[in-house]
Amino acid sequence: MLNKYPLWKYLLLGFIVLFTLVYAAPNLYGEDPAVQVSATRGATVELSTLDKVQDILKQANISPKSTVLENGQILVRLSSSEEQLIARETISAQIGDGFVTALNLAAATPAWLEAIGGSPLKLGLDLRGGVHFLMEVDMEEAISKEQEQMVQDLRADLREQKIRYRGIEKASTETGVILRFTSQEILDSAVDYLKPINPGFTFDEKETSGSFYLTISMTAEKLKTAKEDALQQNLSILRNRVNELGVAEPLVQRQGTDRIVVELPGIQDTARAKEILGATATLEFHAVDSDTDVSDALAGRVPASSALYKERDGQPVVVKKKIILTGNHIVDAQSSADEYGRAQVNISLDSQGGSKMSRFTKNNIGKPMATLFIEYLPTGKKKANGKSETEKRIEVANVATIQAQLGRSFRITGLDNTAEAHNLALLLRAGALTAPIQIVEERTIGPSLGQQNIDNGIKAMVYGLLAVVLFMFVYYRKFGVVANTALLFNIVMIVGLMSLIPGATLTLPGIAGIVLTIGMAVDANVLIFERIREELNAGKSIQRSINEGYSNALSTIADANITTFITAVILFAVGTGPIKGFAVTLALGILTSMFTSIFGTRAIVNALWGGRNDIKKLSI
Amino acid sequence: MLELIKSKHTISFMKYSKPATWLSMLLLVISLGSLSINWLNWGLDFTGGTLIEVGFEQPANLTEVRETLTAANFSDAVVQHFGTSHEVMVRLAPREGVKGQVIGNQILDALTAADFGNVDMRRIEFVGPNVGAELAENGGIAIIIALICIMLYVSMRFEWRLATGSVLALAHDIIITLGVFSLFQIEFDLTVLAALLAVVGYSLNDTIVVFDRIRENFRSMPNLTPEEIVDKSLTQTLSRTIITSGTTIFVLVSLFVVGGELIHGFATALLIGIFVGTYSSIYVASALAIRLGVEREHMIPEVIEKEGADQDPLM
Repeated sequence: MLNKYPLWKYLLLGFIVLFTLVYAAPNLYGEDPAVQVSATRGATVELSTLDKVQDILKQANISPKSTVLENGQILVRLSSSEEQLIARETISAQIGDGFVTALNLAAATPAWLEAIGGSPLKLGLDLRGGVHFLMEVDMEEAISKEQEQMVQDLRADLREQKIRYRGIEKASTETGVILRFTSQEILDSAVDYLKPINPGFTFDEKETSGSFYLTISMTAEKLKTAKEDALQQNLSILRNRVNELGVAEPLVQRQGTDRIVVELPGIQDTARAKEILGATATLEFHAVDSDTDVSDALAGRVPASSALYKERDGQPVVVKKKIILTGNHIVDAQSSADEYGRAQVNISLDSQGGSKMSRFTKNNIGKPMATLFIEYLPTGKKKANGKSETEKRIEVANVATIQAQLGRSFRITGLDNTAEAHNLALLLRAGALTAPIQIVEERTIGPSLGQQNIDNGIKAMVYGLLAVVLFMFVYYRKFGVVANTALLFNIVMIVGLMSLIPGATLTLPGIAGIVLTIGMAVDANVLIFERIREELNAGKSIQRSINEGYSNALSTIADANITTFITAVILFAVGTGPIKGFAVTLALGILTSMFTSIFGTRAIVNALWGGRNDIKKLSI
Repeated sequence: MLELIKSKHTISFMKYSKPATWLSMLLLVISLGSLSINWLNWGLDFTGGTLIEVGFEQPANLTEVRETLTAANFSDAVVQHFGTSHEVMVRLAPREGVKGQVIGNQILDALTAADFGNVDMRRIEFVGPNVGAELAENGGIAIIIALICIMLYVSMRFEWRLATGSVLALAHDIIITLGVFSLFQIEFDLTVLAALLAVVGYSLNDTIVVFDRIRENFRSMPNLTPEEIVDKSLTQTLSRTIITSGTTIFVLVSLFVVGGELIHGFATALLIGIFVGTYSSIYVASALAIRLGVEREHMIPEVIEKEGADQDPLM
């Protein structure tokens, strides 16, 4: 019979309605102000930590909604934001070293919804407030430093081999160095010696007016790895520092070949955040003071020539103050495995560093040596001269026993596992941070503006929706009500799907996209209804008019929507941040509106009017 | 039954196609003229620089704010109200040799230190000059890619005359929208760029609905001239065109009025774009298709000749 849907279509529609309703539901429950406690260096969050946090809160007369230990973090839910601030201050004052506390908003999603993967919409920084940084690694500087290193190393190598060169300088191509010789023979001997020990470089010879030039340049591949290393190094350092900031749900992500995005939701003090992210780090090798007992040192009896530092896991080490070598001399550090599969780190020093190391280790075989990682982190206070005060934070990255006299390249063995080796290599490379980074874009949205953006967006949505719904009802009567039902459900569907898709965030332009969708989504129904009116005017029967109205409008609707969809996809591909958010809601809105306004309204129309012969006039 | 268009007769749109062409030409000349003289009032996203928006408890006195900033060595700062009199926006061009990312905080410090009561940091934006140039370039590329993809799709679905008509209509819409932004020096930022792409989508949407009907009528009404077909199709789709534009304008006005300052440019661009887009799908896209000589024969599906069909099959 005309205009009748089989039962399975209603079941399918019912299922989809229910499904998206359920996943849109978490947005109704709002958020609890919360305090999040997580561990930084050495410490781990354990059940005892949870007990401690509960005790602290009890003493401060704060009764939290709940305290749970989840994913290595403690989440304390509170009933008001005033209580949240007090709770954070109290906890961070009493919890001790190794833990950071952060303010957070925890979704108040009921357990049963959470169990099936339901969560509320993720809000972009322009709605929840926070900082967005785009940082750029200075690759030119990184490569330039690499060149300087090459000049120094080649100079030392050639001197050692007694190969006489007339000049050595950085090449203008920025990827190599140029050596000048007085004769072809000397040049040949230099090539013979240098080529085997410098893989990853190309050698070019040239003769002009009696001088013989040798250009040694990095291969494209070597250049690429050098740049990649510089980026990875900065990425890992930034991750560590962001953890220091104690921000809930931070994001540190690479973007392209030389950029890093850092997003810190909810942070207020952006000046401090910038200082911490831009802090400098160095590395130093020191001899371990084996004469002083660690327990004596812990009790405060440290000799004037030594100092007490801690390893990442809290293990104390007494270290002599005299520096053997600073991290500036480290050229490279890579983690690998030795022949027995044990983790190790291979370190290369520059020539100067090599001779220093060689001199020191000759007389200290069998003794332990410590590697210190030093960061200059701002305290947030200002010094009298207006500059910000920095705090020197020293951590023992590693203690190793010297097995033999070391030279320019050596290795640290006896590491527990490959993860530790990897971390140490990263730290060592960080000590010789070759590529400086700078902030090339910042977007900070204060919390008051974020909330205002949400309020404005919702207001615009409600008013727009009311106008459209009213118009559709006045103009199309009962069919208008059908279209309005589809429109409302369309919004629920967008919200449900946005909540479900991981990584989809709602931004202010995203809300604008939903508002725009509300205006444009009724288009499909307008096309269909106008078509039905035309068919009725042409004298066709009611049932045939409905059927042909739908089928004739279908290809037009598809064509019109596909083109808008194409623009949405392009926007998503080239857009950044908030614009991507607009593209997502626009694209989703097109898909859901096609579904609701074609399939959804047809189902209702069929159920109400389909196959009935007793209708004299359609309310359209 | 409530009807917007009561007329049972075909409205002869194409009779006015000449004056409409002149109108379009005039608008294009004004837009291009303004663009070549004033270019656009590029927002921070594209120029680079620093912007800071602060909220004051009392309505802010801009002169005092300017004086405070001049005293703090920011004499080149552009200071203006943003939205209400309590909110003030300060904008600075990129400075040579100064790290742009610290300027925002310095201005905030200067304002906090001065006697303005409680100063609420609402927004700090810093965009490096290179990033700005890149964003502008990417945006331009996005629009061009969008136009090419759409042209490909439309020429695949329709016929090249219609495709050309629709793409030229799109270019017409974009140029005029940009022209309005240039003429009134409305700030052009990233959201406006996004809106411009949405205009592309919307305007095309409109054109396609008309073209679909033109194609259908060419097939079902063999005795009419192309002009008559176009007039008939436009009349048939007119109430739909008006209703959809209407509902879209409802929501956009709502966005414009209550959506807040940050979304103003976006709503403005779309509002202009939808007016121009609705007009252009009638008088630019359809009129151009006629001018390009669209005929009934072009709309009859071709019998596709399979390559090698005249040869014996190999197996």
